[in-house]
Amino acid sequence: MSATTRAAGALAVRNLRNIRRLPAAFFPALLMPVFQMIAFSGTFFAVTRLPGFPTDRSVNWFLPLGVCMGSAFSGIGIGFSTIRDLETGFYDRLRMTPSPRAALLLGPLLSAWARTLIVITVVMVIGVAAGARPTSGVWAMVPLVMAGLALSTIGVGWALALAYRFRDMRGAAIMQLSVFLTLFLTSAQTPLDVMQGWLRQVARVNPFTYVLDLARQGFLEGVAWNTTLVGVGAAVPVAALSLLYAWRGLSRLGV
Amino acid sequence: MTAAVTLHQVRAMSWRSMLAIIRQPTLVVPSLIFPLFFAALGTSSFSRAIELPGFPRVDSFLDFALAGTIVQGVLFGSTVGASALATDIQTGFFDRLLASPVSRLSVLVGRLAGASAFGAAQAAMFTLVLMPFGVTVRSGVAGFVVIVVSGGLVGLAFGALMAAMALRTGSAEAVQGAFPLLFIVLFFSSAFFPRQTMSGVYARIADVNPVSYLVEGIRALVVDGFGVRAVVEALAVPGALAAATLALSLAALNARIRAS
Repeated sequence: MSATTRAAGALAVRNLRNIRRLPAAFFPALLMPVFQMIAFSGTFFAVTRLPGFPTDRSVNWFLPLGVCMGSAFSGIGIGFSTIRDLETGFYDRLRMTPSPRAALLLGPLLSAWARTLIVITVVMVIGVAAGARPTSGVWAMVPLVMAGLALSTIGVGWALALAYRFRDMRGAAIMQLSVFLTLFLTSAQTPLDVMQGWLRQVARVNPFTYVLDLARQGFLEGVAWNTTLVGVGAAVPVAALSLLYAWRGLSRLGV
Repeated sequence: MTAAVTLHQVRAMSWRSMLAIIRQPTLVVPSLIFPLFFAALGTSSFSRAIELPGFPRVDSFLDFALAGTIVQGVLFGSTVGASALATDIQTGFFDRLLASPVSRLSVLVGRLAGASAFGAAQAAMFTLVLMPFGVTVRSGVAGFVVIVVSGGLVGLAFGALMAAMALRTGSAEAVQGAFPLLFIVLFFSSAFFPRQTMSGVYARIADVNPVSYLVEGIRALVVDGFGVRAVVEALAVPGALAAATLALSLAALNARIRAS
């Protein structure tokens, strides 16, 4: 095992222990997608009757949205804890240790993935209890998890970059707001074919629309290579850019 | 203490709480921007939903969405004044007020007057901002005035509820933590979609949620025109809520004074 993976593993475990030590910091990221799935499915239940809507179960439409939102916010949560570490001076001590720099990104990333898997499990269990029925059976989970991990990676990269830049809670507000708005400027509420006006144009060019499609496909028409490839093709560059942005921020920290 | 002195103190405390809102725009901007964003989002996402069976007859989804936008904004804004009250308690300013010869009532009423004025201003602002985008208030100027007054009453009702929480806990964090509860109350109502299109448990909850009736009163003024029932719903529902939550906040104030 290399020094990077050892240090990253230790940082990931520390981050996960924080769930037990500071549950108030993680539970909103867990409860928010559950609430969103239930509230949206109930409130907007009737939109499934619109011509062109790809399912007659509103929970099938909104469960993947809840997963995607929760996954992105699992990544954002890492940004909050990093800000706390920056404010208390722990992060400076961490940077002074001989552990490789890459571990400072990899550790939080591994922790965010673990948090994302918890979110996906909880949302899935409650979603199925509320009536969600994957059309592709167990295979529906594969693109759903892929989309969740991709969004959590994007969330981590973006949140760490902002944490390094602002170094205080001002960054936290921007992290939440930007992710929230970006995810809603997609086909979050209705498919592209059903919406009208400006949002349709914005959602069409927003890469997160295709990540949502990736997550949803197993709950709608079924898993397809084309949707999967487009979704992965949209997610990977954004994830890479966000991690690169975080890496640059880390390199400039303390300069 | 004469009524004139009390009134003067209430006015001074109200002015202080309104200035606090004006001087800290970062605290109130989210409660102005987010509802407008969701109105824009909903109008584009659900514009075809007005063709659904059971959907009220409206010219556009934006006409339907205005009432939900107003109530959403006012509910979110109601935490601002209560957070400031909790901060006053945390920093000791509240105790200094109690130690001064100021009327106890004015401490609370001043805060709530600020919340109510902000609610009314939000109702006016949301209506005026959305008008150029196609919103038509069919009840005219009289309806607009009722909507603004209703916004003030909603601000008072939920401001008092949040103030009760601030007085009970003395923690701004606890007040902020109650924010999701407002979100739940709002979503389990007809604020975003009509009750007629809901089904099952969800429809039953929306049926007993007073926020549904308050939203529907304002909505009727926008889409149907001026009517007694709409005016009563738009004013009496938040009025009754305000009476109940004012009693709660006064009880919380008395409990805190006794504890002090």
